[in-house]
Amino acid sequence: MSIVETAKQAAQGLMQGAMEKLVPLAPDSWIPGGRPDPLIAHKHGLIGTPVSRLDGALKVKGEATFSAEFRFDHMAYAALAYATIPRGRITAVDSGAAEVAPGVVLVMTHLNAPRMNKPGVFGSSPTAVGPADLPILQDDRIHWNGQPIACVLAETQEQADHAASLVRFTYDEEPSTTSLAGAKANGIEQGLFMGQPLLNEIGDAKAALATAAHVVDQVYRTPRHNHNAIEPHAATIAWVDGELVIHDASQMVTAQAQTIGEVFDLDLHQVHLTSPYVGGGFGSKGLWDHQIIGAAAAKLAQRPVRIALSREGVYRVVGGRSLTEQRVAIGATADGAFEALIHTGLSVMTPHNNMPEPFILGTRTAYACPNITLQVEIARMNMLANTFMRAPGEAVGTFALECAIDELAADLGMDPVELRIRNEPDKDPTSGLSFSSRHIVDAWLSGAERFGWADRSAVLGGRRDGEWQVGMGCATGTYPYYRMPGAQARITLARDGDTVRAKIEVAAAEMGMGTSTTTAIVAAERLALPMDRIEVGYGDASIPGAIMAGGSQQTAAIGAAVIAAQNALVGELLKLAGNDSPLAGLSADEVGSEDGGLAKRDDPARRESYASILTRAQRDSVTVTEAASQPLELMHWSMHSHSAIFCEVHVNAVTGETRVSRILGSFDCGRILNPKTARSQFRGGIIMGLGMALMEETQFDERSGRIMNPSLAEYHIPVHLDVPDIDVIWTDIADPHTPMGAHGIGEIGITGVAAAVANAVYNATGKRVRDLPITLDKLM
Amino acid sequence: MSFIVNGNAVAGPVDPRVSLLDYFRETLHLTGTKKGCNQGACGACTVLVDGERILSCLALAVQYDGREITTIEGLGEVETLHPLQTAFIEYDGFQCGYCTPGQICSAIGMVAEARRGVPSNVSADLSDSVMLTREEVQERMSGNLCRCGAHNGIIDAIQATITSERATEVTA
Repeated sequence: MSIVETAKQAAQGLMQGAMEKLVPLAPDSWIPGGRPDPLIAHKHGLIGTPVSRLDGALKVKGEATFSAEFRFDHMAYAALAYATIPRGRITAVDSGAAEVAPGVVLVMTHLNAPRMNKPGVFGSSPTAVGPADLPILQDDRIHWNGQPIACVLAETQEQADHAASLVRFTYDEEPSTTSLAGAKANGIEQGLFMGQPLLNEIGDAKAALATAAHVVDQVYRTPRHNHNAIEPHAATIAWVDGELVIHDASQMVTAQAQTIGEVFDLDLHQVHLTSPYVGGGFGSKGLWDHQIIGAAAAKLAQRPVRIALSREGVYRVVGGRSLTEQRVAIGATADGAFEALIHTGLSVMTPHNNMPEPFILGTRTAYACPNITLQVEIARMNMLANTFMRAPGEAVGTFALECAIDELAADLGMDPVELRIRNEPDKDPTSGLSFSSRHIVDAWLSGAERFGWADRSAVLGGRRDGEWQVGMGCATGTYPYYRMPGAQARITLARDGDTVRAKIEVAAAEMGMGTSTTTAIVAAERLALPMDRIEVGYGDASIPGAIMAGGSQQTAAIGAAVIAAQNALVGELLKLAGNDSPLAGLSADEVGSEDGGLAKRDDPARRESYASILTRAQRDSVTVTEAASQPLELMHWSMHSHSAIFCEVHVNAVTGETRVSRILGSFDCGRILNPKTARSQFRGGIIMGLGMALMEETQFDERSGRIMNPSLAEYHIPVHLDVPDIDVIWTDIADPHTPMGAHGIGEIGITGVAAAVANAVYNATGKRVRDLPITLDKLM
Repeated sequence: MSFIVNGNAVAGPVDPRVSLLDYFRETLHLTGTKKGCNQGACGACTVLVDGERILSCLALAVQYDGREITTIEGLGEVETLHPLQTAFIEYDGFQCGYCTPGQICSAIGMVAEARRGVPSNVSADLSDSVMLTREEVQERMSGNLCRCGAHNGIIDAIQATITSERATEVTA
């Protein structure tokens, strides 16, 4: 990170700091969500009824087209070669054998790649989503072991793969830092997240800890993780009349097109980026080197290109979650009231990116405590740039915090559920803001009852089933409600005779969350049209606005944009309705959508159908595009989702094998829009949490900086037999300050799970494992 | 050489390095069969060869001379889905949909294996006929990875389909 970038971040931080001081003081009514979304009061409509995915038939038939399945005539196939040293220079390239190999079209290295601008690294501007602050194939420098340093194009994939294996490089290796100890020795820095330091100090936690009656003070470690979406990253790319067409797998179509455009000196409208289906993302489906290399090779060879990363290639090119070392210290009174809460530690990133795994975020709002110290520091290592992975911060942060609370409960001889409820805050403990919606105690109580928590034995190793030791554990999960600026929605009402259909277009992504289906449900409800008259367009950078499927914010961002667009549509329709309409003279504020048309809110007899309005106006269609309000609600309230996770494990006393036999997630995430897809989102997060708890680790060779298990055979994720029937319940209490009363739910599922498993393992065996994953060797 | 894909005779590739998977996807343009790892670790590329499930990424196309292969595109009828496809939608047995064709083909092959009496690692009694309990189905499907975490829905869909097939057999 350059000094300029750091200064820019600091300036952004100051600006944001000023806003954060003023917005909380504003009256609620000035804030988006200050007046509850009218849809919250719709109790008997589509919202909350289980709806099957609208793209289901396409997906079960294999007809949904993913990025590597688009075709261009005369397309060439790409294969990459990767650096085998962590840092240094390429002193010579021998591409002779590759160039004469059968079918080879092009061998591209830094020596012949077209000149390109450096992509803006994620966070350096509102639209920059580049992987690192590094040029791509522009010089001889190696920055990580596995960096792509050559691209071969050939007529077939087989020919390209073979030729790429023939390219030879000579390196001048330079000193590098590839061990955690080495990185720490080089110096530790304060972590900055969204321009703000990851640091909170309230009261004097150190002094309070020293005098507390009961203390836990432990260090917890989490390893590197990879997303491992089953669809490997791929792009199918063509240059057409100087413009770039790219069929990509993207969680952020607009920003990705913008950043790619800047690399090639193109305007946004000259980058035609589509991403109709994404085969899993979890934070990984963004802009990495391969799309830029693919586009550069297509330019140089004047051929369309398919660049589909191998599974190993995904590990070399696409960053994962970084490791953490976290200290959690809690001091409590004899009756369990927290007096000191310290959650500090370290994560690792590279010299060229800024993503400190922000493991204190969930702790900021978790528990009432007068003395709090929270801090994330970072050390830097020469490795592939780390990135966001499902619930960055909270996924690993809740492991440390919620294990420590379990340890404290054991020390106090208190039920861990009771201890958590005992320390429930009445306002945000670090920001001081009021909570917009917090019903975590409801989630705890209903979850405990349904799970049968009362049957837990407080005696360690107290339950046995043959050679299996049985235990129960629990933990709190948490994830913020976010809504990012930049979303827009375009609504087109089109009339065919008396039938009116609506098309809703948003520059959003569908990775399987059910976004397209949920958007149709909400739009049908908001426009008062049957769902089969709604079409949803998404996954295309040509749609106005920018929406990221990240931070679990997409549903809220779309929701707010559709609210704005519908308001504009009502205004437009009232203009078209004119003086002969029953609606004549009414303002947009007085009118809402009802039963396929508009009606006066307090006098529904004054109504006119969309078809009638359009017919009288002699219009076949009307289109509006509107931007969502600024997300000031995030500074006005403390807005978070919560969960209570309960888990039962069987640990084999002979082999140390842990099997999760039961797990329940009790969620407090606002109003659930589509129970069918929501349940899948929760379960999916929980299953990734089971993987984190028991098996997942990206193994990093500290001698060479190379990932040692770049394969689904060696990086283990849960398989069918590892996954019990997962019970999911929710409070379904609407947040009065969000669109539809909903919260995003894509990430909260993973949070708390690893701690619940670790706590259950402790209850079963008496063994406390503080470094993930909890593998057999740690329990034998 | 040639083989039959979804009922159509198809000439094989010239290059002997081409896997069945790549041949489907890049030459025949049958992209329903997915590439997840290209090394036999994820099951996304599962297809049926003469009714048996195989990993098409580990299969060289030239090895399949004369064989009859069914991919996801060959299941069900033109207008109607295979009952298992319908059940996957009903039970939400997928999210992103990328592992789905492999899960469905694998499940069909798996049920046939069980009906032939092939035991699994969790079969309690190797001499008895196989009862497809939930655990049996989970074990036998464990070669098909899903990262979105649709495991419960996948197993529910498979079990519901097996149960309704049995009911049909009984009433027929």
